[in-house]
Amino acid sequence: MSDATAPREWRAWLTAEAPSSRLHARFVRAYATARIFLRNPLALAGLVLVLALLAVAAAAPLLAHDNPVAQDLTRRLKPPSAAFWFGTDELGRDIYTRILYGARITLGIVSLVVVIVAPIGLFVGCVAGYLGGMADAVLMRVTDVFLAFPRLILALAFVAALGPGIENAVIAISLTAWPPYARIARAETIVLRDSDFISAARLLGASPGRIVLLHVMPLCLSSVIVRVTLDMAGIILTAAGLGFLGLGAQPPSPEWGAMISAGRKFILDQWWVAAFPGLAICLVSLGFNLLGDGLRDVLDPKQR
Amino acid sequence: MTGPLLDIADLRVSFRSARGISEAVRGVGFAMGREKLGIVGESGSGKSLTGRSILRLLPPGAILSASRLVFDGVDLLGAAPATMRELRGRRLAMVMQDPKFSLNPVMTVGHQIAEAYLAHKRASAAEARDKALAMLEAVRIRDPHRVYGLYPHEVSGGMGQRAMIAMMLAPDPDLLIADEPTSALDVTVQMQVLAILDDLVSERGMGLIFISHDLTLVASFCDRVLVMYGGRVVETVDARRLGEARHPYTRGLLACLPRLEGGEGDLATLQRDPAWLATP
Amino acid sequence: MIEVDRLTVEFGETRAVDAVSFDVAKGEAFGIVGESGSGKSTVLRALSGLNRHWSGRMAIGGEGQTQHRTRAFHRHLQMVFQDPYASLHPRHTVDRALAEPLRIHGIGDREPRILRALREVGLGPEHRFRYPHQLSGGQRQRVAIARALVLEPGILLLDEPSSALDVSVQAEILNLLQRLRRERMLTYVLVSHNLAVVAHLCSRVAVMNAGRFVEELDVATLRARRTQHPYTAQLLRASEGYDRAAAAALVTFD
Repeated sequence: MSDATAPREWRAWLTAEAPSSRLHARFVRAYATARIFLRNPLALAGLVLVLALLAVAAAAPLLAHDNPVAQDLTRRLKPPSAAFWFGTDELGRDIYTRILYGARITLGIVSLVVVIVAPIGLFVGCVAGYLGGMADAVLMRVTDVFLAFPRLILALAFVAALGPGIENAVIAISLTAWPPYARIARAETIVLRDSDFISAARLLGASPGRIVLLHVMPLCLSSVIVRVTLDMAGIILTAAGLGFLGLGAQPPSPEWGAMISAGRKFILDQWWVAAFPGLAICLVSLGFNLLGDGLRDVLDPKQR
Repeated sequence: MTGPLLDIADLRVSFRSARGISEAVRGVGFAMGREKLGIVGESGSGKSLTGRSILRLLPPGAILSASRLVFDGVDLLGAAPATMRELRGRRLAMVMQDPKFSLNPVMTVGHQIAEAYLAHKRASAAEARDKALAMLEAVRIRDPHRVYGLYPHEVSGGMGQRAMIAMMLAPDPDLLIADEPTSALDVTVQMQVLAILDDLVSERGMGLIFISHDLTLVASFCDRVLVMYGGRVVETVDARRLGEARHPYTRGLLACLPRLEGGEGDLATLQRDPAWLATP
Repeated sequence: MIEVDRLTVEFGETRAVDAVSFDVAKGEAFGIVGESGSGKSTVLRALSGLNRHWSGRMAIGGEGQTQHRTRAFHRHLQMVFQDPYASLHPRHTVDRALAEPLRIHGIGDREPRILRALREVGLGPEHRFRYPHQLSGGQRQRVAIARALVLEPGILLLDEPSSALDVSVQAEILNLLQRLRRERMLTYVLVSHNLAVVAHLCSRVAVMNAGRFVEELDVATLRARRTQHPYTAQLLRASEGYDRAAAAALVTFD
């Protein structure tokens, strides 16, 4: 088996018309979806930016020039140069290094929020949409209550009650971030509920729980994934906002929002202290937005 | 008027896809005068695309070519977009399958007909309204004033389709292309709508292209029938002589239809011969 | 096998089904012919338990039925839907679609049952792990039939099983349904707007209009055109293709 034929065999396996097992079928589908996705240049750019975030967060110690919390007042507020790529802040810390380590914090907050928020929203929405009637009304009013809370104000309330910190920031953001997913899932479920294949499942004797979990939720998943990706930017900005207000990660943590806040005082003369963290937030948000758009084009059943 | 109303030769429509270029219409050619021509085929035969090619209303990404695509002396293939806009509606009209999807849901039925008239003829709003009411009567809607003010979702399928026909015939076109106009309708309503089409087409001396999957219906309604398979016309037959059709696909199609008089035995099934797809 | 007495289904103020009564013997194929809005599909939905807002009496397999159906009931009665593009879950492979009923009812030895079901409807193992969008209309309908039969029910409700298919494929599906009924001694209730299809598969036919059965006759009588109700005569005439004179004589029945 020569090297030249090996990739061709992989390709044949991935585009097989008649898959030989469940797993094979899943791979074939994933490959087809990936190919459509990769054809969209903006989506590809988004994916690259997001992967860059992941890579930077993972490899921060390897890529960094310095210790992110090491202070050296002799070199405070130095402009960007060969030694300090992004300059130094008011305590002499290398901004480039701090941004790299800050990626970990940003990624951590965003992942935690998504992992909490998406499943809850999806489940609540699907149950409300499928059951209808009283259950729907009650669940949607609960959703409305949480939707009504302004995010930052709730976060302030949390901080007042429990003290500042990343964990509380995550909880605060999560509490107000799940309602939109419930609404999306509910809207999709209401449309799907009357489909023939759901009627067929009912006719086979499936319980409502089984139908919601195995038949309805997988179909709502794509819309939720798209929305989650597009919301990432908002979550990042909210986390940065909390950090900016001093409610998120506490000093000396290199959280990007906190860095911008600290750089406010020097913004006119030493612009780099606030500008680079701001740029990082921009790029990452942009990356998630582009990725979300690309995913929507690929996953949206209406556009298939 | 000399020459045929519509003259097509070697019409080809292809689409670019991940696997290369696929041809959906592969060299269709026919000429027609002011008659009722039926185009029959199954899904994927290219019949709808053929109809749309005449109006140059193809989906984006479709590549159209023909050695001849002439409507009453006007070359449609080389026509400028402005010329096509002039022709569409005014001289070339199209009726599609489901009025639920082809009528504008936020405009009343009567208003849409009046709009269609105003788009191509200089007239005042009052004249357009009168014309719309006249058209509603021509399609035998019993209470045109009431139906004028109804929205598409408030009328039945049959009435919606008649409204669609009224809208399309208001500017008095020369050629009407009907793509499965009665497939979404009940059988009795179907007959009534076809009778209206029949009368209107004869009265106005229009040409009609009737695209459908229903071979017996088309044969009973039209003057001539084109049978399409795999993007090609495999047979052209006089409607009254459908039983004498020679191509094995046509014969196979006729044989596998369930018939009221038929026995209890299995229905004949169509054995597709790959030779039918080959270039003649 | 099926006894229906004065079945009535109301949607708000309209009566979709108005005091319909009929019986179907075991192993028989009973057809209901009507146009859209006649209520014929609603009868099937009430029979299957999908529609719970009906009144009247209904006995299936000798047992009286209420608005709610037990899980065991679904092993005796299944339905094939009209649109093969809509009746299969878009994200489930054929294999998953066929395994689902077995899983729900806790039936073991799924592998041989699934393979047998595929064979019975004329599909092969190469179709087993495909998704619905990779199958043709006829193949999808075969999967829907296989899914209905994998629980080995005695009664099959068929809601316009071939009207969404191409003519050539329709013949194959009708032949398949005919064969399955004979081999498995199934009872069919077939609903269609196409008289020829109903005449081909069924032995008795009820003609439905505006929620009521206007006439019940056996197929031989239908073929001989010895119909009694004018609506049936009209349906017969309309099914013979377009005829200008006949079209003029058509009346709208209310």
